[in-house]
Amino acid sequence: MKILIDAIRQLARYPSAIAGLIIIGTLIGMSFYAVITIPYSEAIKLWQGRDGVWNEIPRNAEPKWVNLFPGINLPETFILNSEDIVSKSLQPLGGGIKKIEKRMEFDFGYDCFPQEMSLFFDATYDERPPHVFLTWLTPDGREINLAERRADAPYRISLDRDLAREIGGLAPEVGLFADPFAEEIVPLQGRYGLQITGWLFEEDSSLDVRLVVFGQVHGIAGTDHMRRDLMVALLWGAPIALTFGFLAAVGVTASTFIIAAIGVWFGRWVDAVIRWITQVNIILPVLPILIIVGTFYSRSIWVMLGVIIALSIFSAGIFVYRAMFLQIKGMPYIEAAKAYGASNFRIIFQYMLPKLVPVLIPAFVMTIPAMVFLEASLAVLGLGDPLLPTWGKVLKDAWVNGALLMGHYYWVLLPSALLMMTGLGFAMVGYALDRIFNPRLRES
Amino acid sequence: MLAVSVRRGVENKILFSAKDLCTWFELRRWGFFRVGSVKAVDGVSFELRRGETITIVGESGCGKSTLAKTILGLCLPARGELNFDGKRLNGLNTRQMRSHRSKIGYIQQDPYGALPPFMTVRRILEEPLRINKTGKKEEMKRRVREVLAEVKLTPVEDFIDKFPHMLSGGQQQRVVIARSIVMKPRLIVADEPISMLDASVRIEILELIRGLQHAHNLGVIYITHDLSTVRHFSEHIAVMYGAKFAEKAKVKDILDNPLHPYTRALLSAVPKLDPANVTTFKEVPPGEPPSLLKPPSGCRFHPRCYAIIKGLCDVESPLEFEAKKGHSVACWLYRK
Amino acid sequence: MKKDGLLRVEDLCLHFRTNKGLVQAVDGVSFGLGRGLTLVVVGEAGCGKSSLARAILRLLPRNVHTYTGRIFLNGVDIMKLGEERFRREVRWSKLAFVPQAAINSLNPVVKVGNQVAEPLLVHRLAKTKSEAIARAREACELVGLPGDFLSRYAFELSGGMRQRAIIAMALAARPALVVLDEPTSALDVLTQANIMNLLKGIKQKFKTSFILITHDIATSSELADIAAIMYAGQVVELCNASQFYREPLHPYSQKLIASVPSLRQEKRPEFIPGQPPSLLNPPKGCRFTGRCLSRSNRCEKEPPLVEVKEGRRVKCWLYQ
Ligand SMILES: Nc1ncnc2c1ncn2[C@@H]1O[C@H](COP(=O)(O)OP(=O)(O)OP(=O)(O)O)[C@@H](O)[C@H]1O
Ligand SMILES: Nc1ncnc2c1ncn2[C@@H]1O[C@H](COP(=O)(O)OP(=O)(O)OP(=O)(O)O)[C@@H](O)[C@H]1O
Ligand code: SF4
Ligand SMILES: [Mg+2]
Ligand SMILES: [Mg+2]
Repeated sequence: MKILIDAIRQLARYPSAIAGLIIIGTLIGMSFYAVITIPYSEAIKLWQGRDGVWNEIPRNAEPKWVNLFPGINLPETFILNSEDIVSKSLQPLGGGIKKIEKRMEFDFGYDCFPQEMSLFFDATYDERPPHVFLTWLTPDGREINLAERRADAPYRISLDRDLAREIGGLAPEVGLFADPFAEEIVPLQGRYGLQITGWLFEEDSSLDVRLVVFGQVHGIAGTDHMRRDLMVALLWGAPIALTFGFLAAVGVTASTFIIAAIGVWFGRWVDAVIRWITQVNIILPVLPILIIVGTFYSRSIWVMLGVIIALSIFSAGIFVYRAMFLQIKGMPYIEAAKAYGASNFRIIFQYMLPKLVPVLIPAFVMTIPAMVFLEASLAVLGLGDPLLPTWGKVLKDAWVNGALLMGHYYWVLLPSALLMMTGLGFAMVGYALDRIFNPRLRES
Repeated sequence: MLAVSVRRGVENKILFSAKDLCTWFELRRWGFFRVGSVKAVDGVSFELRRGETITIVGESGCGKSTLAKTILGLCLPARGELNFDGKRLNGLNTRQMRSHRSKIGYIQQDPYGALPPFMTVRRILEEPLRINKTGKKEEMKRRVREVLAEVKLTPVEDFIDKFPHMLSGGQQQRVVIARSIVMKPRLIVADEPISMLDASVRIEILELIRGLQHAHNLGVIYITHDLSTVRHFSEHIAVMYGAKFAEKAKVKDILDNPLHPYTRALLSAVPKLDPANVTTFKEVPPGEPPSLLKPPSGCRFHPRCYAIIKGLCDVESPLEFEAKKGHSVACWLYRK
Repeated sequence: MKKDGLLRVEDLCLHFRTNKGLVQAVDGVSFGLGRGLTLVVVGEAGCGKSSLARAILRLLPRNVHTYTGRIFLNGVDIMKLGEERFRREVRWSKLAFVPQAAINSLNPVVKVGNQVAEPLLVHRLAKTKSEAIARAREACELVGLPGDFLSRYAFELSGGMRQRAIIAMALAARPALVVLDEPTSALDVLTQANIMNLLKGIKQKFKTSFILITHDIATSSELADIAAIMYAGQVVELCNASQFYREPLHPYSQKLIASVPSLRQEKRPEFIPGQPPSLLNPPKGCRFTGRCLSRSNRCEKEPPLVEVKEGRRVKCWLYQ
């Protein structure tokens, strides 16, 4: 314990280590924030996109901060609902039929067209849904009839082909906002309106509408092709990556270490068997085995963790540690311990292992990012955990959907940056630890 | 004080004896085929009484450390008999062997290497007590302070929580000595306890071991390659050459009247403080110490011996002749 | 022959930077040495003997803080030479070094002969590899290493033979001065006597000068013409060796001589109680005060190194 406290105190003398610690601290902070604000079940639900949670969020939207760059002014999503209604009237027509008129208005001041438009109805009725007639009002006073339809399903304005034909072959979200007198197709800025005329056929029927004008930007991280906010995956990726990396590193380094020590101490056939298994294991290709397990058994991250640890126990590291333990085995203090009656396992655990802790700790710290990368690569190869949102899976989606070809660089950039920061942070701390614990390496 | 203790020593009963002790290391190729054996200890006999010291002296590689390890039970003898405190040690099982070992203190050559670098002095001294489950925590704590005081690492507080690398070589060796007596042993095996230490602290360490010996009536087996220190710190000397004892006698007998040609060479090589050394060359026997894998026939010293009797020394191994009472020498020159 | 004809060291200082503070390993050391003579530097562990050797050879670690003073070799101030010139013209060709514990640092995978020849090639003292090997063979013969040992590996050699190989390496370029840092402390007495005989022979035959660093006073008497007694980074006594062995003046030297065990004498050797001061914050005055039996108030100020008799200097207030 003392050795750790000492190490941390000494770390403060290395600026790179401090930077590394800050990165690691940020990642850990992120993990806690993620786990506290988005509980596990919530995160899974969000990531699976059940119950239409992402309905009002644009597809493949860029992060909002791109608007901070000069010359970029991408529209945000805005939602018009009852609060934006400027006039409203209800007129009974007799026979239980009512005519309802609503008009909502909003300001549009962007240089870009929105990405998509949808109108969601919130209607109550028993048998006969209300009927609506929709008119689009432009700032220059034009009135465009959108559609006449039943208010029982969302009206996907952007998908309305008749409308598109009517406004000159442009996609509705473009045509409705385009400046009719401009040479190029540019948005006309100003106050737009939507006039809704509805007929209610039942006594207690009611009608409410929401117009969603999907922007080009969303959130801090943007969204993917399934309208999912990438922030969920980026946030939740941190605790998953760290936990996975930490557990895998513990499993791999500790077990390798202990087995090497046992082999060296008992020598003879124990050592021979360990060496033999290691030699065989080294030629076994890890990735194909993981792919086989992932394909035929389970892609659960915990199964993968288990397989990785199992395959790495008898890794080449054993030979490295073995050479070191062989030296330690011949040290006089081990002989002294034997002379005063220490048992085999006491010698291994209390006398041999602690001597190499200085080598183990930096190795352990540097194994963490290696394991994080391994998990990400598995995810990119399609062997990611089926449920959990991870950085690797974001990358995989980006890749499969040709994110870079389509210019959705943010989709690749953010998870890669996080992965790289993780590697950088741990590597910087690891190197500093190595220098602190093994100063001789530096002197010669 | 010295005379008293020697007298007391003589009255004491035999603490340790070895008879025709042999320790061989098998050499195997690919861990399987026997290619031969290194006979590192080959037919050694001696006895030691309580309160006495026997010095075992010899060149590097002659088997001194192997003899020490055999006595401690760290190497199994191939042949011969070991008796400690009236009990035969051959054929003990692992558990008995462990408890036997804890009754013999072990002081090693390299004090820094002999201490686990990651343990504090307190922990180092507690280890043997914990392992052998002696008494309660309080007792253990008391004992640790007691031995630290005994090796004069006082005030105890200044040393008890230090790591070995924070101590000087002499202080490290004191910790090693403290550890060797923490189990209250009756015999101490000191394998070159001062050869890695600075000349200025060597005498201090030897005085300390001597003092502990007198205080607890310990038997000491003192291994060294340098006879210059033995006069004041030992009662008996056994000169070892090529895994065998060449000569064995009281200290005075050997220092004042060495008989074996090898002993004479060894004594003349001992560094002496004499300004005249600058101009005189030392007489050193030619050649190198014998290989223990293929020792020379006959007397092991014959290839380097100036007094060789051709036809005898190079053919027949010399017997141990008793030149005087208590002074035995394995050399044909003294055949009766 | 002038006493400092070959080497003169003046006010040499070597301080190291550590995270606990400055370590004053060598602090104002001066001495002179003539051709064919041997200076022994004796002192306790950690008193700065090896650092003195490194300072003379300019083999410095990275954390050097101060490195000052003058070193004249054949009248030339070698401290003023640039690193490259020093390496080419001084180190190894005129000044050779046998480092402490070198027998354990021989390369296990290179044949001994090639290792002996290596410095000749590195320092461009031999033009071709075969010339270097030939000279290495010569040097090996000189130190009594049989020719067939040249093609063996270090681990096949005994400690004594390895030490001979190391000495051959230092002698191969026929330097005027060889600095030997504890060349025999790891060896047993017979081998030690052998090596000392060898060095004595070389000294007589080639008039090579040696600086022998050791903590073993009895062994030092084998080679010493001049003795420098070092305590806590400073030289406290500098005199002819026989004067030091017969009649040491500094209280520390007296204690040292009294601690030498002797085979035949009945007198029991004594030891010096206490410990040398830390070189991190050495005491202001005389550094030996803490252990000195003749100390007085004066000793709180640093004593000068005064010339007591012809060529005999002592750093102690008793001889003012
Ligand atoms: N485990 C071993 N296996 C094979 N040979 C060994 C082993 N231990 C020691 N030897 C050999 O036995 C001989 C005696 O070794 P030992 O260590 O007892 O010598 P020593 O007299 O203590 O020497 P030193 O003064 O160098 O310590 C040496 O030749 C050594 O190479
Ligand atoms: N590179 C270094 N950095 C800091 N301190 C050092 C360095 N090298 C040596 N020292 C310190 O300087 C002091 C003198 O060391 P040096 O090796 O010169 O002593 P020495 O007299 O040769 O000792 P020994 O007899 O143990 O070889 C010691 O206290 C040592 O810890
Ligand atoms: S037995 Fe012969 S060879 Fe051996 S020591 Fe005696 S005289 Fe020399
Ligand atoms: Mg030994
Ligand atoms: Mg040194």
